[in-house]
Amino acid sequence: MDKIRATHELHQRRLSRNVGLGIVLVLFIGIVYGLTIAKVGTDPNDELGAEWAAGQERAAK
Amino acid sequence: MTDTSILDQDRDAGFGDYVALLKPRVMSLVVFTAFVGLLVAPGGINPFVGLCAILFIAVGGGASGALNMWWDADIDAKMRRTQGRPIPTGRVRPEEALGLGVALTGFSVVMLFLATNWVAGGLLAFTIFFYVVIYTMWLKRWTPQNIVIGGAAGAFPPMIGWAAVTGDITIESILMFALTFAWTPPHFWSLALFVKSDYAKADVPMLTVTHGRRATRNHILAYTIVLAGVALGLGLTSIGGPAYMAVAAVLNLWFIKGAISIWRRTDADSDADSHLVERKFFKFSLFYLFIHFGMLLVEHSLAPYGLGGW
Repeated sequence: MDKIRATHELHQRRLSRNVGLGIVLVLFIGIVYGLTIAKVGTDPNDELGAEWAAGQERAAK
Repeated sequence: MTDTSILDQDRDAGFGDYVALLKPRVMSLVVFTAFVGLLVAPGGINPFVGLCAILFIAVGGGASGALNMWWDADIDAKMRRTQGRPIPTGRVRPEEALGLGVALTGFSVVMLFLATNWVAGGLLAFTIFFYVVIYTMWLKRWTPQNIVIGGAAGAFPPMIGWAAVTGDITIESILMFALTFAWTPPHFWSLALFVKSDYAKADVPMLTVTHGRRATRNHILAYTIVLAGVALGLGLTSIGGPAYMAVAAVLNLWFIKGAISIWRRTDADSDADSHLVERKFFKFSLFYLFIHFGMLLVEHSLAPYGLGGW
């Protein structure tokens, strides 16, 4: 019987793909998180954003 | 192909091969012009949202690149310039490119819509449709005006950037579109005059082949004159200004002068100095587009000091 190998040669070959995809997914999480903060923080209809909108209005005057 | 080719390590696709499907070099023009469109738009946008919008526009552009490589794999394999692409070399299967292209199209359009508005998302979807279906599938192999049509697809990004901020299509964004649109034919056809290409081998109609080099020279001049009108017209809108206008006047005079010299030359003249004028014109065309969009940025950044704009 074959010895059980810790990593199949396939994993080695596909390392760059897997690492690349991993990085892309982590970046995507960062983007969705960042967008949430940015959009919630600038929506005049909620608490966080009301403050921001008031600031914008002051700056405009 | 042998049975072992599937196990051949050298030919296995790496992450870089999937990135290559997205045509990263074309993306630099997309990112730059989208960035200008977004920045000069009135109203302003949260910087992080703006950054994400440009990223989604770039990913959408990449998706259309992948779909283009899926559809054109047969002709890419016949031409020297494109033989090294991931599909012709066998590192990526055509179905994979199709899958990646479709997935990234959906992703980029939905994300741009969620991050900004439906006008920007819709324009991005239309751009991808236009490039993949109208240009790649339909007109590229059918008409020598293919460059003009393909150029339209490449011209949308500043309009999308503008719409991301304003949610609108206005004369400014249409003229920014028209600038890249009218610029592409003289840019590309001057290249076609001095680069020996093998489009004929792939049965792709190129103006230099179907209508000859004389007709190509005429076309370059005609589009360059149209381009000058567009470039100066853009200067009269709310995003233009005296600085843009001054620079544009010089650049367009210079560009028209170059187009006239190309128009006056015969192929014998051109061969005699190994296409010196055509080469110079092509090089200048890169600079031309970059400076025009750059000057829009300059006008925008001068505005807080009361200097930009009219």
